[in-house]
Amino acid sequence: MAERRFADGALVRVRDLAVKGHMRTPFYVRGRQGRVEGCQGSFANPEERAYGANGLPARPLYHVRFRQTDLWPGYGGLAADSLSLDLFEHWLEPAHGG
Amino acid sequence: MAAEQGQDHGHDHPPRSDHPVRAWEKREAAIRSLLIEKGLLTADAIRAKIEEWEQKSPALGARIVARAWSDPAFEARLLADAIEAAGELGIEARGVKIVALKNTPRLHHLVVCTLCSCYPRALLGLPPAWYKAPAYRSRAVSEPRAVLAEFGTRLPPETEVRVVDSTADCRYLVLPVRPAGTEGWSEDRLAGLIGRDAMIGVAVVQAARA
Amino acid sequence: MHDMGGLPAGPVEKDEHDPSLAERRVDALMSLLMNPPVAAFNVDEMRRTIEGLPREVYERHDYYERWLLTIESLLVEKGLLTRAEIEARVAAMEAPMETGAHG
Repeated sequence: MAERRFADGALVRVRDLAVKGHMRTPFYVRGRQGRVEGCQGSFANPEERAYGANGLPARPLYHVRFRQTDLWPGYGGLAADSLSLDLFEHWLEPAHGG
Repeated sequence: MAAEQGQDHGHDHPPRSDHPVRAWEKREAAIRSLLIEKGLLTADAIRAKIEEWEQKSPALGARIVARAWSDPAFEARLLADAIEAAGELGIEARGVKIVALKNTPRLHHLVVCTLCSCYPRALLGLPPAWYKAPAYRSRAVSEPRAVLAEFGTRLPPETEVRVVDSTADCRYLVLPVRPAGTEGWSEDRLAGLIGRDAMIGVAVVQAARA
Repeated sequence: MHDMGGLPAGPVEKDEHDPSLAERRVDALMSLLMNPPVAAFNVDEMRRTIEGLPREVYERHDYYERWLLTIESLLVEKGLLTRAEIEARVAAMEAPMETGAHG
């Protein structure tokens, strides 16, 4: 497995990459800050596989958790509510709280 | 966009005539026959695949949940590697990674695929139409409690709702909270309580049945 | 358009029905075509193709119809079938169709 850049518990921000074409990073987390819950393993990059390339080298896929109140202005649920999803390492950069 | 197929549900599009339905099915038959002729597929392989998916249903997931409720060591193995654990029960789920998410009185998981319709098919069978439709895919992430309420599910204020969006090569199965009043029940009896919606996370499992 | 998390939408319509045989056939085709030994295309190519459907096509067709359009598009893209031969086969099947006649 490829070496992980981010440890469990790391604060990360989702980069707003200008990827044209297929990607698996939903718009609603772009630019948002979350916390790494774990790593699902290393996988080939679907953005490249979508066009016939092999998507290698495999890179780490992280499970990242966000506070719902950080994602949706006027979120109607509880402050403790959260959302998590799987994001590839190249979509993440370190965040420093705040 | 809930109802599939050409039946005349008359939701928010005009009733279909017979012709568009047949056109679609004809096209499927045409493509299938060409693929068979060219040796890419066989009729037997197609029949076998349909049969394989017909064997997959939420009953498989229910057996896994019932075992996890009954056996803490199995539950731990399930949370560590859901595919291996399913294999212990003779359920073949190898393929795309599946992760089990444990619900507790303080944490309720709800699964969605906002980008398409990813679903733990190997353990639950084919997803329901609503799971694949825009209303659920759009709102489960931003207003999960409202969506839960539409399923008749209301959670107490001390329970965190965590939405899990299946964005990559992982599928998620919710391990619902075991209801009170089921102490000493056999696994079969427990499995009978556990429905698909509780393993997606839009419902909770109730012990009392009307 | 497929990236719809958080967009406004109406209530969840909980109609349930089992997939029809035609839908199950499309499902089976997709499964066989995407996986070994056939592996005509991969799941990411499939998603890329569905995502590329024009909006009005996306909205006019139901879930499995979109899958069928995607299968057709990829088979043509990969040079495994041509549109012409698909149209020719459809035309040849214009006679009243018995279900399972080509099964």
